Amino acid sequence: MEFILSLGIGVMTGSGVWLILRPRTYQVIIGLSLLSYAVNLFIFGVGGLKVNAPAILQEGVDISAYTDPVPQALVLTAIVIGFATTALFLVVLLAARGLTGTDHVDGREQP
Amino acid sequence: MNLSQHLIIAPILIPLVTGALLLLIDERQRTAKALVGLGSTLLLFVVALGLFRFAASIDGPDAAQQGVYLLGNWAAPFGIVLVVDRLSALMLMLSSTLAIAALIFALARWHTAGAHFHSLYQFLLMGLNGAFLTGDLFNLFVFFEVMLAASYGLLLHGSGLLRVKAGLHYIAVNLAAALLFLIGVSLIYGVTGTLNMADLAVRVSTVGPEQRMLLEAGAGILGVAFLIKAGMWPLNFWLPPAYTAASAPVAGIFAIMSKVGIYVVLRLSLLVFGHDSSPSSGFGLHVLLIGGLATIAFGAIGVLASQALGRLAGFSVLVSSGTLLTAIGMGNVGITTGALFYLASSTLTISAFFMLIELVERGQDAGASVLAVTMEAYGDADPDEEEQEGDLGFAMPGTMAVLGICFAACGILLAGLPPLSGFVAKFAMLSAMLNPIGGDTTAAVPGFVWFVVFLVILSGLSALIAMTRSGIRTFWASMEGTEPRVLVIEVAPVFLLIAATLYLTVQAGPVMRFMDDTTRALSAPQQYIEAVFNARRAGVPGTEVQP
Repeated sequence: MEFILSLGIGVMTGSGVWLILRPRTYQVIIGLSLLSYAVNLFIFGVGGLKVNAPAILQEGVDISAYTDPVPQALVLTAIVIGFATTALFLVVLLAARGLTGTDHVDGREQP
Repeated sequence: MNLSQHLIIAPILIPLVTGALLLLIDERQRTAKALVGLGSTLLLFVVALGLFRFAASIDGPDAAQQGVYLLGNWAAPFGIVLVVDRLSALMLMLSSTLAIAALIFALARWHTAGAHFHSLYQFLLMGLNGAFLTGDLFNLFVFFEVMLAASYGLLLHGSGLLRVKAGLHYIAVNLAAALLFLIGVSLIYGVTGTLNMADLAVRVSTVGPEQRMLLEAGAGILGVAFLIKAGMWPLNFWLPPAYTAASAPVAGIFAIMSKVGIYVVLRLSLLVFGHDSSPSSGFGLHVLLIGGLATIAFGAIGVLASQALGRLAGFSVLVSSGTLLTAIGMGNVGITTGALFYLASSTLTISAFFMLIELVERGQDAGASVLAVTMEAYGDADPDEEEQEGDLGFAMPGTMAVLGICFAACGILLAGLPPLSGFVAKFAMLSAMLNPIGGDTTAAVPGFVWFVVFLVILSGLSALIAMTRSGIRTFWASMEGTEPRVLVIEVAPVFLLIAATLYLTVQAGPVMRFMDDTTRALSAPQQYIEAVFNARRAGVPGTEVQP
């Protein structure tokens, strides 16, 4: 499980970094989305990996049987904020496409 | 917990509620929107002033507890806390002063240039104030994002090709920075198991050697996110185009946004890595120092190379950031005191300068377009008329005289010449560098410090050269320019900010004492930590009697 998670984070980060260095705005936004997925998985991972463990405390159960609830709360917040900013970026991207007539990030094609 | 303690959350609530209310008012009722926005900003200033007076009176361990506000009434470190100390109060004062000035400036005409200007403006203030007040790392992320989301909207305010192009880069860079922020925060949480800054400061010294590398990696990544915001070279290529493209009042308030990065770096480096006992003590200071020096050099070269005034101001932001980072990186109490004074002075100056530029360039643009029309109508301008215009040009019109005085004041402030506060700030920093507190006074100053002093003075010289050059070109050489139509309401904010720097100069003694107290409190984080942990919960009788 650790291997799959780290592989997932690594592959998404790698693809994301490569994509945000590309010259097309659409590639940049996909790259940012992939990076944010990778970061979300990463945050989830720092709480320690546990399967089928509850996050809400109950009386009389050993504390080691629980999963850490804080990273889950953080991930939720990060997802929401990431969603909002990506949507906003998409609007700017479309505006730039309309104003410049090209989808190059610098607003003009390379000669 | 009495009513006056709820004042701590007011700088977040006032803009939040006002911003939401403004969404409900129809876009056509501009006067109503403007009045509500202005009222909220003025109220914010009063609150900031109250908190400032309160923070300045904090003395001794017991009184400090009153500066902590437990959101949700959970005791630290389980709940999120807001903390007001001298540094936060100083930043709140700065942001609310800039907010009033920039908003008044915007009321003249800019606020009608696009939709929802006032709401976005209030949300930006909310994010700024929240970032200054919070005592929790993840909460800091949330307020950062509120601030950035509002700034994306404000940067695009007024639209246009230039703004959209600069906005695209600005948003992409800041989204990537936000992801770095998250990675840093989660690494730190993974190692220490806490997000509360005070708790973090306690736990850092107990982290084992095998985990320490992870912690420092997390802190480093987090630092990169803040340094992108602060504009440290080589993370700052986005900054000059974005600040230049923004409309004048927006650039005026953006002047404090780069200082948010500086604020967080200063707070966290002194709180978390300030202990002498911890093995990570002084972590990253040399990066700040070297990066700061590179930023000063880059900014100074940029200032000299700028053709347009807007770019000059953009690079001045970098010089200011670089000077502050260098001063923080030297890790000396005396230098940090001077740096705080410099922070206040340079933020006010740059904000005033951004707004002034628009007024000055308005005259130039009008002149250029009028000239173009004349040329079209009459063919080549005939020599008699040209001479006549030349005669007129010698008499400096009233508006140009006022603008010229403001411009000269900005130049003096940016260059750090006497008699204004820029000089006091730089003098305080440089004299502390040459005579460090706690150091051996008889020992020779190391060559490295001379290099820093040289670079800081050189950056002032480059600002002076650039300002003189563009001043001559704008005010003395533009004979064909017509007098720009400038409203009083537009010059007033520039005057207000320059008057604030004048106040800093006249009251330099008390202000410097306040800055000195601030630095002392920052470099002794024990008081901050105790205040957060001993904060009394409301309505719980058992904790009321806690010592």
